[in-house]
Amino acid sequence: MADAATTDVVTLEILDRWVRLGAARLDAEAERLTALDSAIGDADHGTNMHRGFAAIVAKLDAAPPQTLAEFFKAVGMTLVSKVGGASGSLYGTLFLDMGKNAPDGTSMSAAEWNRVLAAGVAGVVGRGHAEPGDKTMIDAFTPAVAALDDAVAHGASLADAAAAAATAAERGSADTEPLVARKGRASYLGERSVGHIDPGSASTALLLRAFADALAGEAA
Amino acid sequence: MKKLINSAENVLADALRGVAAAHPELTVDYENRVVISNAPREGRVALISGGGSGHEPLHSGFVGAGMLDAACAGEVFTSPTPDQMLAAAQAVDSGAGVLFIVKNYTGDVLNFEMAAELAADEGIASESVIVADDVAVKDSTWTAGRRGVGTTLLVEKIAGAAAAEGKSLAEVKAVAEHVASQGRSMGVALTSCTVPAVGHPSFDLPEDEMEMGVGIHGEPGRTRVPLAPARDIARDLVEAITGDLDFTGAPVIALLTGLGGTPLIELYVTYADIADALAEKGITVARSLVGDYVTSLDMAGCSLTLLRADDELLRLWDAPVNTSALRWGV
Repeated sequence: MADAATTDVVTLEILDRWVRLGAARLDAEAERLTALDSAIGDADHGTNMHRGFAAIVAKLDAAPPQTLAEFFKAVGMTLVSKVGGASGSLYGTLFLDMGKNAPDGTSMSAAEWNRVLAAGVAGVVGRGHAEPGDKTMIDAFTPAVAALDDAVAHGASLADAAAAAATAAERGSADTEPLVARKGRASYLGERSVGHIDPGSASTALLLRAFADALAGEAA
Repeated sequence: MKKLINSAENVLADALRGVAAAHPELTVDYENRVVISNAPREGRVALISGGGSGHEPLHSGFVGAGMLDAACAGEVFTSPTPDQMLAAAQAVDSGAGVLFIVKNYTGDVLNFEMAAELAADEGIASESVIVADDVAVKDSTWTAGRRGVGTTLLVEKIAGAAAAEGKSLAEVKAVAEHVASQGRSMGVALTSCTVPAVGHPSFDLPEDEMEMGVGIHGEPGRTRVPLAPARDIARDLVEAITGDLDFTGAPVIALLTGLGGTPLIELYVTYADIADALAEKGITVARSLVGDYVTSLDMAGCSLTLLRADDELLRLWDAPVNTSALRWGV
């Protein structure tokens, strides 16, 4: 931690840029996510996620959070109340549990970000009881957290660690295609869910890529 | 799409205005989309249910004395959210706690689970019962489990009567769980339904085919088969349900609900054949209900629910109820 360059801490400003970039990408990709969902779900994942993140942007504009904990709580509560369905409660739980585990103040190190994200993902698992291989967002989150653990343990920069997590999430999402869904509405399809990417894993990969890009300075 | 609406986006808000206008004995919280009974509930357990809209009269039609205290309305076919459920709990808890009655769909289950946590933070005691009665879905650890359909109405009515008698939260929950464990359902679709915001039918079903075991959101069923006479459909539904639970040797409550697009005369045609099929199996129907109770927008078809009851459940079923969609003994 000798090198305390700005890019080696996750600041409130970066988090704000992240969810705004996420909102813009969900807007651009809402149709793709909804198309994935119409194949094995109820065709509303893109619309619902876009609505939720648009509401987050409005909330951040109206009342900018002053601490990391406030930020995650505001995002989590907005997702819970605006997205609805299983995704709303699962993504909401992710951010709410990240908030409960966030360090005090307005910035965190790579190791702290790693711990906070892992705590959020543990919350999602606790809520939805999905295991890797069930064809859910956990299939993107689990490899992402593992990649982050590995990168941080090897002293990678925050930017490199975040990029590795995003890549792992994208690969995990792509790997849901041959799986049989065991959770949620897609599970009613059984074998018929094979051959489709899980939409929840796709939105997880999108959000983790947006985080890496926001760290690298990209803004919506 | 030909529907009696003003705009697809405002269907739920407009319908809630209609509920308020038609039923002054109910209070509608528009902001939280909760329908609340004005009947007194001081000191007794309160019942809350809810779910995606489009299944009316489930749930708002069952809000009133002897049944639900509040119903949370989600968007069409989308679960309501924990903040709605918390608002409902805050509105109806009088200190004896609330029972959440939840249909087994992932979104509903997760959102009600979060609501229970939020309620606990606010000092409101709650319990939940999950209804998973659709025999069309294989109940295995590899799926989200059976869907909740018609038995939900029976749980709401019977648990409502138990709550009205002043039973404790644990006792009301036990009654609700018992009913949930003894009810089985299966449905058939003759046509798809059309979600207003989507504007076209949810799935394709040719003129000469039907979907056996359909879900109330148009989820796929067990099989797609050629359209058959009502008596064959009645037999298939009875076979599927009675193959899952033994209904002989006990009084049975039978519910035949239309799915929204089937006229009552056809439901009675079908019920006649269901009654014959049950009699042939030596099953005694003690109480029956035929009509549109748990619907799927404009889907044509029906869903049969059987509950293996006993004298106590029949007594609670017969207890007075005063709601917009179910009313007797008052």
